Amino acid sequence: MCVRPRIRIAAVALLGTAAVLAPVGAPAQLTGAGATTTAAGPAPAPARQRELRALLRQDCGACHGMRLTGGLGPPLTAEALYDKPADSMTETILSGRPGTAMPPWRHFMTETEAAWLVARLRNGTIDAPDSR
Amino acid sequence: MHPIPAESDRAASHGLPTTGHAGKGPGVPAGCRRAFAVFAMLAALALAGCAAPLPLRGTGDLGVVIEREDGRLQVVDTSAHATLGTVDGLGDLSHASVVYSRDGRYAYVFGRDGGLTKVDLLERRIDRRTLQAGNSIGGAISQDGRVVAAQNYAPGGIKLFDARTLALLADIPSAAGPDGQRSKVVGLTDAPDGRFVASLFDAGEIWLIDARNPRMPQVTRFRGIGRQPYDGLVTPDGRYYVAGLFGEDGVALVDLWHPERGATRILDGYGKGEARLPVYKMPHLRGWAIADGYAFLPAVGRHEVLIVDTRTWREVGRVAVAGQPVFVIARPDARQVWVNFALPDNGKVQVIDTETRRVTATLAPGRAVLHLEFTPRGEEVWISVRDDNRVVVYDTATLARIATLAANAPSGIFFTSRATRIGF
Ligand code: HEC
Repeated sequence: MCVRPRIRIAAVALLGTAAVLAPVGAPAQLTGAGATTTAAGPAPAPARQRELRALLRQDCGACHGMRLTGGLGPPLTAEALYDKPADSMTETILSGRPGTAMPPWRHFMTETEAAWLVARLRNGTIDAPDSR
Repeated sequence: MHPIPAESDRAASHGLPTTGHAGKGPGVPAGCRRAFAVFAMLAALALAGCAAPLPLRGTGDLGVVIEREDGRLQVVDTSAHATLGTVDGLGDLSHASVVYSRDGRYAYVFGRDGGLTKVDLLERRIDRRTLQAGNSIGGAISQDGRVVAAQNYAPGGIKLFDARTLALLADIPSAAGPDGQRSKVVGLTDAPDGRFVASLFDAGEIWLIDARNPRMPQVTRFRGIGRQPYDGLVTPDGRYYVAGLFGEDGVALVDLWHPERGATRILDGYGKGEARLPVYKMPHLRGWAIADGYAFLPAVGRHEVLIVDTRTWREVGRVAVAGQPVFVIARPDARQVWVNFALPDNGKVQVIDTETRRVTATLAPGRAVLHLEFTPRGEEVWISVRDDNRVVVYDTATLARIATLAANAPSGIFFTSRATRIGF
């Protein structure tokens, strides 16, 4: 077998890598594992919630499945996420995971919104309306 | 080009059912059985007025549009620009794909939930359906039309089915990836001489499957072809299998005339070490454009379409485009290549002139363009616009919009002309 040139490229490119690669737990406002509400801030306005749900189904769904049961990416169902640390999930969404197909979504949502998504995903209420 | 040796393996063949190609019928033609069953049902239910026979027609100008949120497809008539009807009950159709029986009557629909459904376009009903895996990504149909193959993420592997009955013929588990789990299978396609070819995302392998005896498929493995092949295709002449790599900048190639020569690597380091953009959607290779001896392919994480000479498999140019390409598809006569894009540029479609290799038009069909499909000879292209709930039809010569069809969050569009094409 011959040596092939390999060019390693971090999947996270354009963003400030220092911030992006900060250790999990950066959004420290979140309560610990098992929390069912977003402590990171107020829930997004109803119209924005609809947009986020659509983004989740359609665009996250491209890899995680429209019903979030998994695809190229792992399932994002409550069953799969409830016992994983919320802050690390939020960080994964915002920054992606370099070296895997999971891209960073920081340009598409705020930290509060990502935390809201994670909380709702983890307790299985992503489809429930929330007017707060 | 760097050869990567192939090695031969006997395929593991598990769980073979006892029914074969002969199917279940004791010599009664299927049509008669069905007609009788339909008649009996109608009589029993006394559905007066519903028993009118279907008008006699061919299927060459038919197709389907996936309405994925509803688990439904529309049967469309490309001559009339009309929806003929819908078929429900297809399960989770995220990333659904379709292959056709070679008579163009049946669509085999592969759903995310592992559902494999054989849909009769003429009667617009489900002929058969099986839940064959936990998580599936697509499939292919054999050269002779007798075997349908499904490529699965969970449990990872390939399953072969009798195209008529959907009886399982063989189960080919994929090799484990670095995490010890069976690899997700991507890029499954048919190939000449009764073969299938697929790629293993996690294990980084290409598998060439001889399915001439579909109950005892023989697998030739090409290992170490590169990191994370994300999709694959066979060239329109059936000679080369090409797998795009996500985990590195490059493409793996197998000459199906000479599999003994192993896989080779092409386009190594096409990103030239430059940082890649985040990839919000994996490009698709099926329908990959080969025009005038040149392949046009999406660059992963770049706003570029790469042009490769298919005689030397060397890059000969690039076209700067409006976003990260998802589908790069040649009009059947190869005079134009049409491209759609990942988020956030998914409202645009660009047309590349294959002679000058320049973008000659940028169209805005609407919000979230997911797929494009040419009519059999390419005078029209049908474009699904998910967030505007419509399919827009363009004249490819004038680029004028000539029709719009309503559809609920449409995704894939598949015309029956695929039935006669290698690799579809
Ligand atoms: C291009 C494909 C792709 C898209 C699009 C994508 N993901 Fe992912 N995602 C992945 C992959 C692959 C992983 C697994 C990474 C790994 O191996 O660690 C992942 C992991 C995750 C995880 C961690 C799950 C776990 O169990 O550790 C979360 C949470 C997540 N994604 C959320 C999202 C959300 C929310 C979106 C949309 C805003 C999204 N993803 C869009 C591919 C994708």
